[in-house]
Amino acid sequence: MNAPVLIQPNRIAGKGRLSVADPMRFTFDGKTLPALKGDTVASALIANDIHLVGRSFKYHRPRGIVSAGPEEPNALLGIQRDVARHTPNIRATVQEVYDGLEATSQNRWPSLKYDIGEINDVVSPLLSAGFYYKTFMWPRKAWDKVYEPFIRNAAGLGKAPVHKDPDRYSSQHEHCDVLILGGGVAGLSAALAAAKNGARVIICDEQPTFGGALHFDTDIVIDGMDGFSWAQQAMAKLAAMDNVRVLTRTTAFGYYAQNYVGLIERVSEHLSAPSADLPRERLWEVRAKKVIIATGSIERHMVFANNDRPGILLASSARTYLNHYGVAVGKNVGVYTANDSAYAAAFDLKEAGINIPAIVDIREHPNAELVAKAKALGIRVLTGHGVMAAGGKLRVSSMSVAPVNGGAREVIPIDSIIMSGGWTPSVHMFSQSRGKVAYDAAKSRFVPGVYAQDCVSVGSCNGTDDLSAIIDEAIKAGEEAATYVRPNTSQVSISIEANGGNAWEGTLIGAAPGAEAGKVVKAFVDFQNDVTAKDIRLAVQEGFQSIEHVKRFTTNGMATDQGKLSNMHGLAIAAEALGKELPEVGLTTFRAPYTPITFGALVSHSKGALFEPTRKTPMHESEVAIGAVFEDVGNWKRAWYYPKGGEDMHAAVNRECKTTRTNVGMFDASTLGKIEVVGPDAAEFLNLIYTNPFLKLGVGKLRYGIMCREDGFIYDDGVVARIAEDRFHVTTTTGGAPRVLNMMEDYLQTEFPHMKVWLTSTSEQWAVIAVQGPKSRDIIAPFVDGIDLSAEALPHMSMAEGTICGVPTRLMRMSFTGEMGFEINVPADYGRAVWDTLYEAVEAADGCAYGTESMHVLRAEKGYIIVGQDTDGTVTPHDAGLDWAVGKKKTDFVGIRGLKRPDLVASGRRQLVGLKSIDGRSVLEEGAQIVEDPNQPVPMKMIGWVSSSYWSENAQKPIAMALIEDGFNLMGKKLYVPMANEVIEVEVCKAVFVDEEGGRLHG
Amino acid sequence: MLLIHCPYCAEERPETEFAHAGEAHIERSTEMNALTDEGFSKFFFYRDNTKGTTFERWRHIHGCGRYFNAARDTVSDKFLTTYKAGEPKPDLSKLVDDQTNAGAKS
Ligand SMILES: [Zn+2]
Repeated sequence: MNAPVLIQPNRIAGKGRLSVADPMRFTFDGKTLPALKGDTVASALIANDIHLVGRSFKYHRPRGIVSAGPEEPNALLGIQRDVARHTPNIRATVQEVYDGLEATSQNRWPSLKYDIGEINDVVSPLLSAGFYYKTFMWPRKAWDKVYEPFIRNAAGLGKAPVHKDPDRYSSQHEHCDVLILGGGVAGLSAALAAAKNGARVIICDEQPTFGGALHFDTDIVIDGMDGFSWAQQAMAKLAAMDNVRVLTRTTAFGYYAQNYVGLIERVSEHLSAPSADLPRERLWEVRAKKVIIATGSIERHMVFANNDRPGILLASSARTYLNHYGVAVGKNVGVYTANDSAYAAAFDLKEAGINIPAIVDIREHPNAELVAKAKALGIRVLTGHGVMAAGGKLRVSSMSVAPVNGGAREVIPIDSIIMSGGWTPSVHMFSQSRGKVAYDAAKSRFVPGVYAQDCVSVGSCNGTDDLSAIIDEAIKAGEEAATYVRPNTSQVSISIEANGGNAWEGTLIGAAPGAEAGKVVKAFVDFQNDVTAKDIRLAVQEGFQSIEHVKRFTTNGMATDQGKLSNMHGLAIAAEALGKELPEVGLTTFRAPYTPITFGALVSHSKGALFEPTRKTPMHESEVAIGAVFEDVGNWKRAWYYPKGGEDMHAAVNRECKTTRTNVGMFDASTLGKIEVVGPDAAEFLNLIYTNPFLKLGVGKLRYGIMCREDGFIYDDGVVARIAEDRFHVTTTTGGAPRVLNMMEDYLQTEFPHMKVWLTSTSEQWAVIAVQGPKSRDIIAPFVDGIDLSAEALPHMSMAEGTICGVPTRLMRMSFTGEMGFEINVPADYGRAVWDTLYEAVEAADGCAYGTESMHVLRAEKGYIIVGQDTDGTVTPHDAGLDWAVGKKKTDFVGIRGLKRPDLVASGRRQLVGLKSIDGRSVLEEGAQIVEDPNQPVPMKMIGWVSSSYWSENAQKPIAMALIEDGFNLMGKKLYVPMANEVIEVEVCKAVFVDEEGGRLHG
Repeated sequence: MLLIHCPYCAEERPETEFAHAGEAHIERSTEMNALTDEGFSKFFFYRDNTKGTTFERWRHIHGCGRYFNAARDTVSDKFLTTYKAGEPKPDLSKLVDDQTNAGAKS
């Protein structure tokens, strides 16, 4: 027995271009349905006589399929491939059916036919335009409990996927001579002309097959064949040329500066079982010398009462379903139009055996030939009539027809209405390119006006209606583009013969009769955001005059379809209500993306481990081997602490700090920024960059330097070593290296260009090992050659060159711990070997490695600042207690004038001081605020904040640094740190907690 | 993404290779210490924020590393020209004419 053949009631034998030899199955809300290969979900649903596909956003009204393309506002479905691959809000008119596809309707509960949210339709007066702004004003408390949950439940269509996106995406940069957007008659003609003239061409179209309007317009004959076949042949011809790239299923979504256009290619969304090699989507970033815009036009709906009932759709879309997919939209189809195109659709349906009870034409005198043909086919034509309302709820069942000028209504039973309010040129891409549109009053439409970029519009998006004119215009654009980019090539002319095209006349923008001002009906302008003609009038009535404001108040055109159908209607209704001409009210701005695109495609490979680079020091693996725990500092992985025998962080840090002060500790300081400053004017240059004097720094000596901006605030700090008369080794903070080098380059190149100085980043070239503590000299001595390590020969803040472990070194006697110490710079490639050797010696001496946390504690015990932690961009050297580092005799340095600004020399500035917790045990929270009187009413007056705070094992008490107003004059004063559950009493002190005299540095 | 012509490399490169560096032709005084409060605030704080043609500094930071100047229209985002640091401001009227002619040609 054969499997039972599933009947598709609206599939018309002998119509369309799909083959019954390629059957498929898919499910809609769990029900299995038959389809044919090449169907979209929409065409397959209509084939199965399903129009009801969703509930509307605000009123939960039943909604059906309106269009056959990317302009679709209603038919948004969830498409599920597997548990992790659920994509909401997919347009059924774009998604191709693959075998096994699962589609679900959205925004309904418990089911599509019985939806609780429908109550919104009944209470709709409460939900009129701007209801969010008005309804939820007060009381404040209701926000958390009532309004917000309500809005969260009501807001948004569809369900976001809950799993991590398992798909791969790819992206590609591409350059071409001519980029052609759109593969209809115009785009293909332009592409053939440009390609034949040798231009490198990219042509893209959002549909799986090229042809644009040729999908539905079967009256057109080009070069002796039917239009659609010509399009396929043209595409094949182009695809075979080496200088042409043809992209189907590819949407141009954004047009940016200098002909930079974003395309999104849906690579595998239409496949039942995509190969794992294929990305889901591919982002093309195209830079074109010339862009030809051939994006066509979009048919508009008619704005009449209940025009959103399922079964009501655009006339030419109905024609697409019939002529391309072989599907009739109904058995008994009414026609409501202001444009000739609906006649062609009616004729095709009639000839396919569908009953057309009437064509209702709003015009008194439509094209006589069309009316005659309709009558010849036995179709009743009601000219000067309008559809006052559609009947039915889950599916349209009738249309109530009356003369436009008033008169008796006649109810005509139907099961579908096709409509046309005329055509809107797709100027989205032109407008995104910042071109200015011009109003074509004769045809009530906006067309490209003034161009801002190197592009040209051709075909119906340019307002060109006649088929031969479209082809001529497109060929000319293609040839000219090719000549423009390759001026020395001799021009090849092509010709394309076409006939049968129709320049359809007639337009209606705004509300149709029966939905005009004063009528209490739901005549939808924007289906997706549930905006009616009445809502737009209400916005004007409430005082909104700018179309941009009307748009935001009503949300007209703000849904994911960006008002492709609704913008012109909304504008016309607003203009009428304002009593202004349409161009005076102005069109809202078109923005990217043209249709929704996935974040996945934009992110492409830049996620997870590839999101940003990870920097590791040369010693990283050795640190991993001895159990370091790492922290992220910028892009760096830095050893944070080195736990032993199950220690927690606190215990490890206490041990590391204690061991370093009593014995020896070693620390990986390789992440420090390093800049080599070389040249005859190097000292003079540094003298200008730093606040400190540098001219007299001796060779082999070090100096701690502070760098300000011109405004006098601390920018960075670090130790500078003079290697030779004309050579300095500058260190910066870990995060500061790039900006310090940038600032130095800026001054050198633009303010002091006469100076002979060269700057080189050497951060990655030197590995740095700090060995600190009373035994530090004993540890390194056995490995050092060519350097006298004695206190006399190499005192604190001096350096020498020699070797360590046989490796060349810049050995610096310096300390960020307050202990005697050395910072050993070796070429990065030797860093790990030297580290390993020294670590062995340190271990043997019962010393330890310490991480960044202990480094922070040890320096805080000495009150050494960390720029960016104890400063915040508004701290001067004086505020930080570093006035001694500012050269008082200098006549110039960066910041010299800024430091004298009235505010910077005023009293009461926040100054860096130490804080003791009076209870001797409370460790303050960094960032905590400080007050003078904890009993004052809230909000209290804050006089400062805690910048650094730790438990000091060496001092056996909590230590902290804080920026406090007039802090230097508050020594010994009791202040308060109010926390959530307690108030901590503190005493202001000097920011030194260990070895106040500093004798330990000089051992 | 803009394309920017580096006058040192003599090449048009993508914007991501460059860093913006504020308004151009603001000279640091050789007598900083002698500046009045008003003089300093004009030098440091005040900027034209022009609607229309602005002169600004860019650095080809991920290229040759050089700072250079540009004349750019802040409305259309179009670069009228770029030129080396230290060179005088180009003649604006001539630049705008060139642009108009270039536009007419295409
Ligand atoms: Zn350059």
